[in-house]
Amino acid sequence: MALGEADNGGRKTSAGRSWGDFVFENISKLSAWLVLGILLGIIVSLIVGSYPAIRRFHLGFLVSGQWNPVTQQFGALVPIVGTLVTSAVAMLIGIPVSFGIALFLTELSPVWLKRPLGTAIELLAAIPSIIYGMWGLFVFAPIFADTLQPWLKSRLSGLWVFGPLFQGPPMGIGVLTAGLILAIMVIPFIASVMRDVFEVVPPALKESAYALGATTWEVVWRVVLPYTKAGVLAGIMLGLGRALGETMAVTFVIGNAHNLNVSLFMPGNSIASTLANEFTEAIGAMYTSSLIYLGLLLFFITFIVLAFSRLLLARMKQSEGR
Amino acid sequence: MLITSPYRRRRFINFLGLAFAMAAMGFGLFWLAWILATLLHYGLQGISFKLITLMTPPPGSSGGLLNAIYGSLAMSAAAAGIGTPIGILAATYLCEYGRGRWLAGTTRFINDILLSAPSIIIGLFIYSIYVAQVGHFSGWAGAFALALIVIPVVVRTTEDMLKLVPDRLREAAAALGAPRWKVTIFVVYRAARAGILTGILLALARISGETAPLLFTALNNQFWNPNLNAPMANLPVVIFQFAMSPYRDWHELAWTGALLITLGVLGFTILARFLLRPKRHD
Repeated sequence: MALGEADNGGRKTSAGRSWGDFVFENISKLSAWLVLGILLGIIVSLIVGSYPAIRRFHLGFLVSGQWNPVTQQFGALVPIVGTLVTSAVAMLIGIPVSFGIALFLTELSPVWLKRPLGTAIELLAAIPSIIYGMWGLFVFAPIFADTLQPWLKSRLSGLWVFGPLFQGPPMGIGVLTAGLILAIMVIPFIASVMRDVFEVVPPALKESAYALGATTWEVVWRVVLPYTKAGVLAGIMLGLGRALGETMAVTFVIGNAHNLNVSLFMPGNSIASTLANEFTEAIGAMYTSSLIYLGLLLFFITFIVLAFSRLLLARMKQSEGR
Repeated sequence: MLITSPYRRRRFINFLGLAFAMAAMGFGLFWLAWILATLLHYGLQGISFKLITLMTPPPGSSGGLLNAIYGSLAMSAAAAGIGTPIGILAATYLCEYGRGRWLAGTTRFINDILLSAPSIIIGLFIYSIYVAQVGHFSGWAGAFALALIVIPVVVRTTEDMLKLVPDRLREAAAALGAPRWKVTIFVVYRAARAGILTGILLALARISGETAPLLFTALNNQFWNPNLNAPMANLPVVIFQFAMSPYRDWHELAWTGALLITLGVLGFTILARFLLRPKRHD
C-alpha cells in the first residue's frame, strides 16, 4: 500500500483550491475531531458525575468493601475484585483455547475447511451478550450445578491452596460461571487476532524449521510464537478489555451479591453488573455518583488495557513493513 | 512411559499439542452449536402471528413483541442515520485529507479503543449529558447511545475499504483535473461502495443486540409508543426484563425475542460477508 505519496492527488490543481475542497475537507476533519471529542466527553462527563463521590470517599473507595445505600457508605472493592476474578478465570481458559484454535486454523485445517471454521468462530463473537446471559442462566447454570460443580468440588476442594476456591454449595450461578461464560465470549476475539498474526509469519521461516526436521508443534512453539509474540499479547489484551467491560452476560449469571468470598462458587458482583442492576434504581445523589465513580474506574482500566493492545499491534505492523 | 529415544518424545509432544489444538477447535464449535440449538428449541415455540400484532403483555396474559420490535427498528435506524455519515466522513479524513497528519493517527488510535470500550459506559455518558439534562428517558437517548457505537465500527471498516482503493485511480482522476472532493465522492467512494455498505451492515449487527447502553437511555415501555421522545420499548431490554422475571410466559417471549435478535444479527453479518466476498483489488 503506497501511503503518504497521495498528497499530490488534487490538493493543488492549476485553478487553486476549489471551495468544494475547502468545505469537504473541513467537514471530514470535523468528523475526525468528533471521534476524539466522544472520548474526551466520556472522560469529562464521568469525572464530573463522580466528583461528589470522589470528594467524599477519595481513593479509599478502591479498598472499602462497604456498599450500603441506607447509610450512604460506598466502596468499590467487591465489584473490582469480582471484575478482576471473572476476567482472570476467562483468560485462564480463553488464552489456551484461543491459541489452540488459531493453531488449528493456520497449521492443521484442510484449506477447504479454513473459511467455514473461521466463520463459525467469528459467529461466536456475533452472538449478542444478552443471549449468552440467558443461555447461561436458564440452560448452562442448572447443568453446571448438577454435574461439573459437584465434580470439581469433590476433586479440588481438598487441595492445599486452591481448595477453598472450590467450596460451598453448587448453585450454578456465581463467579466461576460468569468467568466460564466470559471465556467463551472472548475466545473469538483472541483467536481471530492470533490467527491473523500467525498468518503473516513468512513461509520461508517456517519451511526452514521444517527442513531442519522440526515437528509442527516445534515450529509453532519455537518459530511462529516468538515471531508473533507482540501480536499474540495484543490479542490477549483485546480479549481482556472485552472481558472486563462485559455487562449483560455477567449480570445474568454472577448472582449480584455484594459479598467477598474466597470460593468461586459463591455469587459476587462486577463493576458492569452493578451498574446494570442498580443505576436506574439508585436513589440519592451520592448513590448515583458512586456508581458513576465505578464507571470511571472501569473505563480507566479498560482504556489502559486496550491502549496497550493497540500500541502492540501498531508496533508489530511497523516492524513487519521494515 | 516407555519413551526412550528423544525423537519419539518429540513426536509425542507434537501429538499432544496437535490433539489439543483439535480439542480447542471442538470446544469452540461445541458452545456455538449448543447456544444456537437452545435458541432454536425455545425460540421457535413462540413464533406466531401474535408476535407482530400484539404488545408486550402483563404477566399471565398473552401478547407479542410489536412495540419492542418497532422500538428496536426505529432506534437502530436513527442510530445508523446519525452515526453512518459521521463515521464515513471521519474515515475519509483518515484516508484522504489527513494522511500522515497527527490528527489522523490519533483519531485512528482513539477510534480503535472506542471500538472495544465497554458499551455500558456509553450508556452512562448519554445518561449524564442527555437524559439527566432533559429529565426523562427517551428513544432519542437510546438512538444517540447506539450511534456512538455505530461510529467506530463504520470508521474502521470504511477506512480499511478506502485504503484498498489504489492510488492510481485517484491520480488518474486528478490528472483529468478533478478536484479532491470530486475524486473522493465520484471515484473513491464508488470504488469502495460495497465495502462501505459492509461496514454499515456490521454496525447494524453490532447494535441489534446491544442491551447495556439502552438500560439507562431508552429504558422500556410496556405500551405502543411511536414517539422517539418518550421512553421506548426495545427488544434487548424487554428480553432482559422478561428473562429476569419469575413468570413462565414472559420467559417464553424472552426466548422468542432472543431468537429474533440473533437472526437479525446473523442475517446482517452473513449479508456483510457475502458483499465483501467478490474479487479483491490488485
